[in-house]
Amino acid sequence: MTELSAHLPQFQHGQLTENFPDTHLSNTNDNSERRRHDNSERRRNDNAESETNGQPQNNIQRVVEQDEEEDEELTLKYGAKHVIMLFVPVTLCMVVVVATIKSVSFYTRKDGQLIYTPFTEETETVGQRALNSILNAAIMISVIIVMTILLVVLYKYRCYKVIHGWLIISSLLLLFFFSFIYLGEVFKTYNVAMDYITVALMIWNFGVVGMICIHWKGPLRLQQAYLIMISALMALVFIKYLPEWTAWLILAVISVYDLVAVLCPKGPLRMLVETAQERNETLFPALIYSSTMIWLVNMAEEDPEAQRKSKNSAYNKQAPASQTQNEDAEADDGGFSQEWQQQRDNRIGPIESTPESRAAVQALPSNSQTSEDPEERGVKLGLGDFIFYSVLVGKASATASGDWNTTLACFVAILIGLCLTLLLLAIFKKALPALPISITFGLVFYFATDNLVQPFMDQLAFHQFYI
Amino acid sequence: PAFGLFIFTIARDPLRIIILIAGAFFWLVSLLLSSLIWFIAVKASDPQDERLQKGLLIFGVMFSVLLQEAFRFLYYKLLRKAIEGLVALSEDGCSPISIQQMAYVAGVGFGLMSGAFSMINLLADALGPGTVGIHGDSQLYFLTSAFMTMVLIFLHTFWGILFFHGCEHRRWWEIAAVVIMHLTVSGSSFCNPLYVGSLVPSYLLMAAAATWAYLLSGGSAQNLRRFLLCKC
Repeated sequence: MTELSAHLPQFQHGQLTENFPDTHLSNTNDNSERRRHDNSERRRNDNAESETNGQPQNNIQRVVEQDEEEDEELTLKYGAKHVIMLFVPVTLCMVVVVATIKSVSFYTRKDGQLIYTPFTEETETVGQRALNSILNAAIMISVIIVMTILLVVLYKYRCYKVIHGWLIISSLLLLFFFSFIYLGEVFKTYNVAMDYITVALMIWNFGVVGMICIHWKGPLRLQQAYLIMISALMALVFIKYLPEWTAWLILAVISVYDLVAVLCPKGPLRMLVETAQERNETLFPALIYSSTMIWLVNMAEEDPEAQRKSKNSAYNKQAPASQTQNEDAEADDGGFSQEWQQQRDNRIGPIESTPESRAAVQALPSNSQTSEDPEERGVKLGLGDFIFYSVLVGKASATASGDWNTTLACFVAILIGLCLTLLLLAIFKKALPALPISITFGLVFYFATDNLVQPFMDQLAFHQFYI
Repeated sequence: PAFGLFIFTIARDPLRIIILIAGAFFWLVSLLLSSLIWFIAVKASDPQDERLQKGLLIFGVMFSVLLQEAFRFLYYKLLRKAIEGLVALSEDGCSPISIQQMAYVAGVGFGLMSGAFSMINLLADALGPGTVGIHGDSQLYFLTSAFMTMVLIFLHTFWGILFFHGCEHRRWWEIAAVVIMHLTVSGSSFCNPLYVGSLVPSYLLMAAAATWAYLLSGGSAQNLRRFLLCKC
């Protein structure tokens, strides 16, 4: 029985860690009763219980083996559910970005470029343009790499305050400044008259609630909604300020970098994840989109009673979420929000954070999971992934000649990539980069659809042939 | 209507959503390959020749139909493997989703994707200003497009069921029938803008396919009557 819950978190989160089973032994017995809501869980529990009701020692061996099989089953069975739990926010984010791009013309006007991409793309020759875009992409990527390494170094030396402050500043910027601009542009597009006082009030409320929700505690759905909104805002900024070829190049290079950074033993992201695990801390609660509640940090031993009550209270994840988030809040003072903010800041170093978040893709927080039921443990996806997926789809809808066809094709491609990544996660059970597969599919489909399918479909529609 | 199908039957179960998206993906890939072939053919030929272009287009359409069916077959193979995996993993020895449900969902996936690709640019343009058929083309363009798309989506769904059933029971004639039906429907759309020639046969074929699929799925006239009587 004890092994069951211990194994589950590891398998669920794709991070195989060895130190948890010991710490969680005390709580798992309590937890086993709580798994009533899931049918498969129930069956599983009955199996397990019937086994361990006898002589525990003799059955441990069999239980362990059966646990592993059942864990695999559960993982794959939950696989579908988790995939959907990730599909929905990714879809929402993409829908928001595409809707904005289509309606608000601000984001497709060229108003200059970021300082990170100093070379312009309005050059005379194709060769010059290519060279400029390569240089731009190189500069951007090196900025990201430097920031990532800086973050890892700060994290390693426990300079939590610095990271914390950095993240707070960037989230402030994002929540207030960018949403103000966004709101302004939306009003301009729809010709809505609005006075400054109302706008100030709205933005203030939005920003403050956002800060509280993301950094501290709040209802799970609201936090998810905020994360989606800020990812969309960030993606919109990228779409606006990155010139054409640079954007595509950056997407391609970032997925390669992501692959390298997460999987290589010396990669900064991998080091980050491993350090967080060694210290038994949750990785970036705010830099990551979590499909279920926030993970507790080291709460297992301290508060089994409270957790048990919170578990029993509702099948609905909301109730436990609020309670667990209470505990989470205190423990979360550490460095994590920093990464998250880093994630969101545009001026100071937007992208470096994203690699972190991506690293944390499906990692983690195995620490306090013991008290949580497996089905409540969701999959985590870094916010950077959201942003780059949305950038791809947004750019596709903004600049493609095939318009909606291309957008739809990229959307399906990204979703399938996400599916495959999650499948790999279930197989490999360790932190994986979420970008490469999806972005590759997306890019391939974008260019293919734009150049090949579009003329074909146009001709078909013109003659009204149907295939 | 296709969206209604989606919401009521598929959106509940996450596994079905994944199968749907994967189905759409397979259709997309088939479209990609067929348009690649067409593109190469066009580039290699004379762009000025109207007749040739039209002929190439027809060739492209036929080829695309064949490719779509081929991809449906590939998808069937993939789903078979997946079902075996699911059965092995499930606790009580039976898979959480049957092959017929998968067939249905796969059909809907194909249909939705093809419908989306056919309609969505049209819809986007329809939002803008303009008059239909101002240059002497048919004024019913949008309406017929909508109906044709709908019939295609339904047809894909039914073909999915028939096709998978044929593969399951190794009845090659069923598979051949599906392919021929698809070719016929696409071919009939060549009669456009003579809408009578394309819409009517398509709807007839759809009715035929619907009854066939219904019978295959275990329904019968009795079931139908009971269903209708129970409701009212």
